[in-house]
Amino acid sequence: MFSFCSDPSQLDGFYWLSCYLTTGKHMGFYASFGTVLLLLAITAPTALAFGFFGASAARSNLAPLRWFGKGYISVVRGVPDIAFFLFFIIALDQGIEYLRHKVKCSDWDQPIRQGNDFIVCDAAKMPLGSAPQWIHESYGFTLAVLTFAIVFGAFAANVLFGAMRAVPRAQIETAEAYGMTRKQSFWRILVPQMWVYALPGLSNLWLVLIKATPLLFLLGIEDIVYWARELGGTKTSRFTDYPHGDWRVWYFLFLLVFYLAFTKVSEIFLELLMIRLTHGQATTGGEAQRKAA
Amino acid sequence: MEECLQTISDYGLRSIGIGQRLLPKEDFTLCQQITLIGSGMIWNIYFGILALLFGFFFATGLVLAKAAQSRWLRKPSEWFIFLFRGSPLFIQFFFAYFLFLSLKGVSPIFDPFTAAWLGALIVLFCNTAAYTGEIFYGALRSIPKGDVEAADAYGFTGWPRFKRIIWPTMLRLAWPAYTNEAIFLFHATTLVFFTGFPAWQQRGDALYYANYFADKTFNPFVPYPILAGYFIILTLIIISGFGFVNRRLNRHLPQETRSKLKLRANIIR
Repeated sequence: MFSFCSDPSQLDGFYWLSCYLTTGKHMGFYASFGTVLLLLAITAPTALAFGFFGASAARSNLAPLRWFGKGYISVVRGVPDIAFFLFFIIALDQGIEYLRHKVKCSDWDQPIRQGNDFIVCDAAKMPLGSAPQWIHESYGFTLAVLTFAIVFGAFAANVLFGAMRAVPRAQIETAEAYGMTRKQSFWRILVPQMWVYALPGLSNLWLVLIKATPLLFLLGIEDIVYWARELGGTKTSRFTDYPHGDWRVWYFLFLLVFYLAFTKVSEIFLELLMIRLTHGQATTGGEAQRKAA
Repeated sequence: MEECLQTISDYGLRSIGIGQRLLPKEDFTLCQQITLIGSGMIWNIYFGILALLFGFFFATGLVLAKAAQSRWLRKPSEWFIFLFRGSPLFIQFFFAYFLFLSLKGVSPIFDPFTAAWLGALIVLFCNTAAYTGEIFYGALRSIPKGDVEAADAYGFTGWPRFKRIIWPTMLRLAWPAYTNEAIFLFHATTLVFFTGFPAWQQRGDALYYANYFADKTFNPFVPYPILAGYFIILTLIIISGFGFVNRRLNRHLPQETRSKLKLRANIIR
């Protein structure tokens, strides 16, 4: 990176460290923080959407839809989430390939599961064997996002379901008295008011989601945990210009501090958001704001 | 059936090193999968019960420190709780493992700490103590003022006041949330063998074996539902056990004000 980095063995102290921390591999490490933030940025709204549909389904008038919504919420609770992550990442992959196989290779006569193998025709492979590397990587990332969204969608559905029930009944009754249909009162009265009740649960969920991001490592993504293990391991001078001992403990200490800081910053922002959302609401918080103003 | 009984005697205690040494390599039967994953549950239960038991007492200490007047007691306990609640358990496991690994170089005393049975247990213990401490703290602050005033009026002070009034009331208020914490702690035990801690001689927990089968057969639709089944049973056992304590803690209250155990989802760490 810097001009004085051409011969690291001659350097020491601060200069050595500044060269060491700017090697190509470390750039990969820093970029993987971007991966984590990208995951959060995509997963949070997707999971919220899943949650919204789950919660709406759970309070539907249609029995099968209601069972689906309630089943979705309660199955994810009883089982460790990491088992879901490990399950969905394979199950989604195989499910997609199976569907493509059914569509594209209808003349295929052999079974798909042969002993310990899962075999689909070449045209149904996802992504195609000939696809460039970046497609493989982004496909893996997409599957990971989808897995996160399914699991966290169930948690969000649980929170939103509770929030929808927490909106005072009188508000809905008023809407009905004004002649609104069920659909109108849902979108115009219930949905705008439920957020303030949902926010404590959703804030908690956001903090939980942040803390779940290192599990990306288990889904085969080259994330910060992968790089920390990779870079921290003992390096001899045969393979690198920057030999060092086992520094993994320092790398993980850095990750620990990163997550603590991230949590702290999130907590501050969520508190500000709560103050904003409470404004003008018929709750004790809103009442206190009104009196203070 | 004969065959399955043989499998159970071979692999039933495999996770603690009793029985067949080698894991099955191919042609996995349903019986083998159920037996081995069930065998792995021994570790989940071991971690869960010990961490909960020790964590409970430590959490009581933490909450007393956090509610104390003195800064010197309050600040360390606040920091401890923030450290373990604010960071992912996954990273805590990795960090602790590598920390113990480098301490091992300093002194052989740290040898057992790099093994899962002690090292991971310590991390889980600290983690659950921090979460429980926060739950207890919330409960401690919501003890009805009247209860404490009544205790004062009867002349309760110091240790008897804590033991007979404050502590039972705090537990009673915290119990539903603490039940959730217990459930999610058991779920969290599945992380142990996916972090640095090695599964020595392939003695792993339930998820370790489920993952083993899923990797070998490339079929996630059998081992993971088995694992899910075991955990649902475990969750039901925890709920009934904690429900029993809950009824005992609430037995002096009039029927309708008793707080039912209400389960809420979503604590991953």
